[in-house]
Amino acid sequence: MVNLIQYLFAGLTMGVIYALTGVGFNLIYNATGVINFAQGEFVMVGAMLLYTFQEVLHIPSPIALVLVVIGGIIVGLVFEHTVVKPLMPMGVITVIIGTIGASVVLRGGAMLIWGKDALAVSPLLSERPIFLFGAALNTQVLVVMAITALAVLFLWYFFSHTIVGRAIQACAMNPLAALLAGIPMEEMMALSFLLSGSLSALAGGLIAPITLAEYDMGTMLALKGFCAAIIGGLGNNPGAFVGGLLLGVMEGLSAGYLSSGYKDALAFLVLILILLWRPEGLISRGRGERV
Amino acid sequence: MKRDYLLLLTLTVTILLLPPLLPGDYYVEVLLFAGINVLVALGLSLLTGYAGQISLGHAGFYGMGAYISGALTAHLGWPVPLAAITALLATAFVAALVGWPTLRLKGHYLAMATLGLGIILYILFVQLRGITGGASGLSGIRPVHLGDLYFDTPRRYCYLVWSIVVLAFLFSINLVHSRTGMALRALHYSEVAASTLGIDVAMYKLKVFVLSAVFAALGGILYAHYITFISPETFGFMYSVDLVVMIVLGGMHSIWGALLGGTFLSLLPEALHRLEDLEVMVHGLILLLVLIFLPKGFVGLIEKVGEKIHGAP
Amino acid sequence: MVLLEAQEVTKSFGGVKALNGVDVTLQEGTITALIGPNGSGKTTFFNILTGVLPMDAGRVIFLGQDIGKWPAHRRAALGIARTFQNLQIFQEMTVLENVMIGGFRHTHSGFFGGGFGLPRARREMEQLRDRALELLERMGLAPYQGALAGNLPFGLQRKVEIARALSSRPRLLLLDEPAAGLTTKETLSIARFIQGLKEEGITVFLVEHDMDLVMGISEWVIVLNFGKKIYEGTPLAVKRERSVIKAYLGERGAQG
Repeated sequence: MVNLIQYLFAGLTMGVIYALTGVGFNLIYNATGVINFAQGEFVMVGAMLLYTFQEVLHIPSPIALVLVVIGGIIVGLVFEHTVVKPLMPMGVITVIIGTIGASVVLRGGAMLIWGKDALAVSPLLSERPIFLFGAALNTQVLVVMAITALAVLFLWYFFSHTIVGRAIQACAMNPLAALLAGIPMEEMMALSFLLSGSLSALAGGLIAPITLAEYDMGTMLALKGFCAAIIGGLGNNPGAFVGGLLLGVMEGLSAGYLSSGYKDALAFLVLILILLWRPEGLISRGRGERV
Repeated sequence: MKRDYLLLLTLTVTILLLPPLLPGDYYVEVLLFAGINVLVALGLSLLTGYAGQISLGHAGFYGMGAYISGALTAHLGWPVPLAAITALLATAFVAALVGWPTLRLKGHYLAMATLGLGIILYILFVQLRGITGGASGLSGIRPVHLGDLYFDTPRRYCYLVWSIVVLAFLFSINLVHSRTGMALRALHYSEVAASTLGIDVAMYKLKVFVLSAVFAALGGILYAHYITFISPETFGFMYSVDLVVMIVLGGMHSIWGALLGGTFLSLLPEALHRLEDLEVMVHGLILLLVLIFLPKGFVGLIEKVGEKIHGAP
Repeated sequence: MVLLEAQEVTKSFGGVKALNGVDVTLQEGTITALIGPNGSGKTTFFNILTGVLPMDAGRVIFLGQDIGKWPAHRRAALGIARTFQNLQIFQEMTVLENVMIGGFRHTHSGFFGGGFGLPRARREMEQLRDRALELLERMGLAPYQGALAGNLPFGLQRKVEIARALSSRPRLLLLDEPAAGLTTKETLSIARFIQGLKEEGITVFLVEHDMDLVMGISEWVIVLNFGKKIYEGTPLAVKRERSVIKAYLGERGAQG
């Protein structure tokens, strides 16, 4: 029982990180039709920035986290301006290769700046674990849950109650109609990248105290974030959220009861199975059309 | 079409003459490894340039070729040809297994699925210690011989590798100029129109993906039986990315792009005296800059220069 | 003889019924036209007949076989060919290659034969080339055979697309607005050409806005409006039918 709670919480914690990354994928996919292979690196940059602000510059944690989000915004915007926009006219496949290039640049750059070793980041609250039903939990787990809940609330409000948020959704659903309705497409696209970059960096900042920060952590996070998005139906944000949690819990339980060596294989297996049986996602009607 | 066969003849002659002219075994070995890279990149360029799909798992297929063929000869003492064929078949099977669900879908799911596959295969190379030797590697892989002729010097092996590269190019040239090649190009431009002409789009994409995985496995087999010791890091994610860099740099729209890009990227570390830690970033930057400023790669550049010389077409 | 029969074809996009229980019968060796105002579901109907889009309900029977759930490529293999309203030409292939690949369904060599350059694969390529050259000659496209299809002017691209479809030697040819964007002279020559196809025994089903073309060459006209078939008959009858005039011109046009 104690073990189960521990595995569940570990799974949920990773799950919300996958969920945030999945939403990051969706935002860019909806704006451009492109699967962004640098999404995992956005998360990695967030983790690295938190390390720098908090451990090197000794900035108080809450402020450091805000700076991480701002860093993510900058990364997202620069990425959109230097990689996506110039390549867009050459077609989706070229942009996808471009995102692969950008991911490698970010990864290589991070290796030069922060080195190859995993970096420890102290949790936002305290080092001492808290006990819940007898299970020892890292306090960071609570921080991750609380801040993610805030982020989700913000996203929900933004997309359903603000004009700008609804405009972004309109662009995703019907670009031509949105253009005719006078929605400034370029700004909406930039905004999607800004949101995507900041959410992913936030995810990185939140997870760093639990998993450590490492220059090559992005690839795996990209795979799992994408898997979350696919479970929910690519492009569907609430779906990605449920997908992330599902994947996280499955992973947590399998790592606990089966073998942790193959834990990372699970996301891939789930991804293939979903594409095979329900490419439109488990949660709702997405866009995984068959040829 | 004639031009392609002429180019192939030129390549063959160059490769025949080159090894004796090189200053030492070290350079012959560089040429040999360049040949392996070109072979793997050629397969990827058929997939990307002709079917418009990207794979980020080719390092995994490369590794499957190396590990399966290597382990069968090292542990079970199988003859190399039999081990190699087994490795090729196994790789083709795995590629089909991953390609089938993803290539039926519109969009670019293959790239992410192969990224995942590459990661899984890497985990297996490390975890299946009994077969792969785990992180410390697999040794005792048998060298290649034809009767009494042992391919045990760099020069001999270099000729072996490049003979296979030349044959692979011959196959690819034939293919792209055949009905099948035309069908692949057609579905690249319009899947809808291709399907209304009777082309089974999903099946064609699947077949070219399997073919390109087989090319990668063949490269891995050649690598393993030369070096006779392999360890997982050779087959990691970065090699998959490097392959993409090779075909983009050379020019994705032509199979010759694989030759130019593959050779260039193989020689780059030699020219820059091993980039060490900078390598990852330099490769990423090359990829981005070529996409933005030279979207048709080296081949496109050569074509442009050719047009200038011969006057506007 | 009935070549194709579509029954109760229904298709919705989101909440909008693009097609609502449409029945169509095509007699072999005839020219039939499908007309209707913009957005009435004509192209959607073509997409469903050729398997480009799945339908929600209904049946499509071709030569006695129910092909309603078949994928596009299998329908093409039976001899259904089409052109596209918004041109789906293979832009970076030459005109000759575009037309050659049209004959795909009559050839059979695969990756193995192609890659190893087996005699059959080579022979098939020769056959495709001969057939394509013959068609290009007939359609006055021979001078452009080496040009990239995407570089041709619009009118010629339309012709290339028709040549590509014909190269498959279809039993049924669907033409989606063959005259759109063409000059009057080009339209006339297309009209003569389509009539020539009928004489060869090819059944033609076309969507067209140019009424002179439609009334001039077709034997049967089907009218769609808001996804429903509102009338069908001979061109003469369609011209007189009030409901058709109303659909096109609104209430006042029908009175005037």
